[in-house]
Parts: sequence; structure tokens; C-alpha cells
Amino acid sequence: MSVHADRAPGAPEIRVETPFQRFRSEFFESRIATFALGLLALIIVLALLAPWITPQNPYDLAQVDVLDGKLPPGSVAYTGYTMWLGSDGAGRDLYSAILYGLRISISVGVASGVIAMAIGSTIGLIAAYAGGRVETVVMRLVDLQLSFPAALIALMLVAVLGRGIDKIIIALVAAQWAYYARTVRGSALVESAKEYVEAARCLGLGHARIVFRHILPNCLSPLIVVGTVQTAHAIALEATLSFLGVGLRQTEPSLGVLIANGFEYMMSGRYWISFFPGIALLLTIVSINLVGDQLRDVLNPRLKK
Amino acid sequence: MSVLEVAGLRTHFFTRAGVVKAVDGVDFTLERGQVMGLVGESGSGKTVTGFSILGLVDPPGRIVGGSIRYRGEELVGAPDERLRELRGNRIAMIFQDPMMTLNPVLRIDTQMVEAIQAHESISKKAAWERARDGLGQVGIPSPEERLRAYPHQLSGGMRQRVTIAIAFLNNPELIIADEPTTALDVTIQAQIIYEAQKVCRERGAAMIWITHDLAVVAGLADRICVMYAGRIVEAGPTDDVIDRPLHPYTVGLLGSVPSANKRGQRLNQIPGMTPNMLALPKGCAFRERCSRASDACLVNPDITEPAAGRAIRCFHPHGIEVPA
Repeated sequence: MSVHADRAPGAPEIRVETPFQRFRSEFFESRIATFALGLLALIIVLALLAPWITPQNPYDLAQVDVLDGKLPPGSVAYTGYTMWLGSDGAGRDLYSAILYGLRISISVGVASGVIAMAIGSTIGLIAAYAGGRVETVVMRLVDLQLSFPAALIALMLVAVLGRGIDKIIIALVAAQWAYYARTVRGSALVESAKEYVEAARCLGLGHARIVFRHILPNCLSPLIVVGTVQTAHAIALEATLSFLGVGLRQTEPSLGVLIANGFEYMMSGRYWISFFPGIALLLTIVSINLVGDQLRDVLNPRLKK
Repeated sequence: MSVLEVAGLRTHFFTRAGVVKAVDGVDFTLERGQVMGLVGESGSGKTVTGFSILGLVDPPGRIVGGSIRYRGEELVGAPDERLRELRGNRIAMIFQDPMMTLNPVLRIDTQMVEAIQAHESISKKAAWERARDGLGQVGIPSPEERLRAYPHQLSGGMRQRVTIAIAFLNNPELIIADEPTTALDVTIQAQIIYEAQKVCRERGAAMIWITHDLAVVAGLADRICVMYAGRIVEAGPTDDVIDRPLHPYTVGLLGSVPSANKRGQRLNQIPGMTPNMLALPKGCAFRERCSRASDACLVNPDITEPAAGRAIRCFHPHGIEVPA
């Protein structure tokens, strides 16, 4: 049967591009996306390294001096280091506060994104696979939820639950699971109709195995895209809630809390207290969204030239 | 004991436009190691018959009557759990399009090991070795290398060999092959038929080979059942049916095979179209396309056995004069 071998014996092996290699080269075709990914990586590294690269721990009251409050960018602090981005009303060095704030903002965004993705895609998969009444009930619930603005739902939940990181994550998950459920349900419907699912059923595989091992991996492309965009949304939503004063506490300042702190000084010309945290938030969200856009272009076969 | 006995099987689809009687009275018996060709045109109910045996008819379809006995055990109305034990284990299926039946994101070994472990508690290593041997048996060169491949890295013929290997992994007693060669080119077709037949003989498995191609089953099957509009219209040993067809539809099918005709002669074509399954003609469904039809055909013909081992549903079979 050697006739059917892919190549004659002794012939050099043809290197076939793996799907991941193709994905990688297509992703880096866009300069903007490459730049955005680099920026995002830089932001994450800075946030991770915050305790080692900042001159001050803004949470440690012993290191914060009210006498350093409201200093403009470039001033030298009472304790001796230069505050390149100035300081806020409590005397916190803004550069340090922003990096620590990024840690909180990004981890809240990623945690709620991952949890919402897990819950939402499980619900969406089950709805698509079960069909019938289960699907109708779940998807009408999703429609109902999506007809309210996410910010409104999160706001109501936070009002009930109270403040704190855990509570805001719960609120964000509740506001966002529906996006994942709808996306996954759509592509799971397409996948369930394909013959390999029928073949898996003919092999006598269990329902759970078919849903999570066969259908889910085939729905990953849209899930990755929605996950990226929704994580950026979650970060923005958390900042919004914190800015409105219902999100995180002053003792664990995220970027939204920092922006809110500086807002009262805006009119008095001390722009930097709100401005620099705002820029940090903007760069984070824009870079995530640009990466998400490029992922969508690369992973969606319909957009391929 | 027969491996499979199907009697009076009726599977209907309850659609908004009406009831589609996709399978409406199908009877056959399959002995151990026997190969049966189930022949018919598209929409005649061949595939639905196959899925009915596996208990995989999806709503709006439902088995409304008849019985399917696997080694004497009734499968119609059997609990889901029991059917799942049988599926892929005692009764396996091979599909038409090998491009579609393997999961594109899972490696071949993952899919094969999973098929074994679904029915047996066996170590991953032992399952992997059995998968490798299985690939070797269907003529796949360097099976270890192929096991590590993804489906898109294999050619169509190679993939169909893999699906055949998967079907035989758990030593089933019955294989339902649903047009497994239709999507392949002719040279590969012959090889796939050869491999399937070989493995079948070696393991002593019975096989139902569903096809629309009489030429394929002629050299493969022990018995042939010809289906038309949800019913078996003619059944018998392969050679008898091919050499001396009785039902006008079988005669028409054989007449339309190019190799059976003289060079330069026009192919015989069955006049008319496949009937609309929602509005079947009264009586014999083939009546309106049949040259031998008479008023008697307004009543649905019962099965008769004009010779030993042969069965037809027709009032005016070939070889018997049409009454004026």
C-alpha cells in the first residue's frame, strides 16, 4: 500500500505550517496590532512589577505624607524622590498609584472575564445542545438581560451587594455572562449540526464529552475574540462604577478611584491627578481592543481574503 | 441467532408541512458475517433506516412502529443508556464524507483512544496501541506517525480509512456503512471497499452497506435490498437480483448503469422524478413511473416470495406477463 503514502521513501519531508504558525504570521501582519500587543504586554509587565519599580507603596500609610499632597508633575517629594507625574490629594505618588491601580483594574477585569466566560459559555453550550424548551428559556433570558445596559445591571447589583473587589467581580460577571452565552450558543449550533458530532454520538460517547471535548474546542475562535473585548469592557465598567463611588474602596484604589479622587481638583487646574490615571486606563483599553480587533480579523474565516 | 432482525420498521418525520414517511415498513434479517447492500436513490430512506437501528433519529423524526432486534434484544424503545452501550461498541457506523466525520481540532489518536475508552476501562497506553494496530489493519502506512496527525493533514482516502479503523476498534458485530465511498474518487473507492470487506471477513462482523450504486454492491454484498420511497421493494441474493431482477424499479436501476449497456446505445432512464415524500401516490409509490402499472397498483402491494430467498412488492414483476 506504499502507493498511497504521502511521499516517496527518501524524499525530504515537506514542512507544513501548523495552524498556530499561520495564525501568528497573520496576526503580526498588522503593524497597529503588533504595536498594541507590545503596549499591552508592557502595561501588564509594569503592573506585575509595581512593588519593585515604584518609589512608594501607596497603600502603606507610613510611606504617604499629606505634606506631599497635590504636588505638580516633576516635583521632588518631602521624602526625597521625584514625583514625575505629581501626587494626589492624600500625598500619594501618582506614578506608583497608577501602577498599583493597574494591578487592581486588570485583575478585576481578567477575573470577571474568565468567570463570565466559563459560566456564559457553559450555559450557551448547554442551550445549543439541549435545544427545545431549555434553549428558548435560556436565550430569552439572555435577550432580556442584553436589553439592559451592562452598566445599569452592575450598578444595581453593587447597590445591593455593597463595595469590595469580590462584590464588583460578581456584579461584572452578572452583567457580562450573557454576551458569552449568546456567542457560544451561535457557533455551537453551527458545530452541532456538523457530521463529526453525529459521528461522536454513533461512537456512544456521553453528552458531556461531546459538548466539552468536541463542540467547545470548535467554538474557541469567537470565544477568544469576545473574551478579549469583554475584558476591556469589564475594566472600563469597573472604572465607571468606581468613579461613581459605588465600586472599589479608597483603600484599594483602582484607576477609576484615582480618576474620581482627582476630579474635584480639575477646576482648580490640578489636572494631573485625574489626567494621568485616565491616560493609563485609555491606553489599556485601547490596546486590548486593538488586539481583539485583529484577533477577530484573523480568526474569522469569513473576513479572510 | 440472527445478528439483526428488522420487522415492519416505520420511522416518520412530523414536519410542519406534514408527515414524511421516510421509512414505512422495512423488513430484513442479517446473519453473522453477512454483507447486505441497501440500495436506493436519494431520499428513499436508506440512511434513516441506518440511524433508526442506532436509535439516533432526531426530532421531528420518531420510530412509530415495528421492531429492531439485535441478537434477539429489542432496540425500539430500549433505554438511552443501553443504546449508548451498543453504539460504537457492538454496532458501529461509517459515514459518507470523511472530511466531515473527524473532529478537526482533535488529533487522530485522541479521537481513537476516546472511542475505545468510552466502552472499556483500559489504560490509555493499551488503547493507543490498539488504535495503532487498527490503523495498520486498514492499510495505513506508518500508523504511529498518522496517529499524531490532525485530520486536515490526511487525504480523503486516508481519512476514510481512519473512520473505518475507528468503526472496527471495539470489534463490533454489525457495521452500518452509509455510502462510505461516495465522496472518494474511483481508485480510492475500490481500495476502501477492499479494506472494509477484508476487516469485516477477519472479524466476522455483519455489514449493511448503504449505497445508491448497484455496481458497488454487486461485488461486495451477499444480499441486496432495494428501497424505494421508504419501502423495500425487492430483496434477494445479490447474483439473482442483478441477473434476474423482478421489480420494475430494480430493472430500471440496472438499465441505467452504463456498463450494463451496449456501447453507443442510449442509457435507459427511469421516467419521471422521485416522488414527493409528503404526497406519495396512492398505492404503489412507483406506479406513476412504471411501464407495467395497472389499476391493481392503486392498492399497495404486499410482500410476495416468487422464488426461494427472494421477496418483492409488486403485482406485475418482470418475467411474468402483464395481464391485458
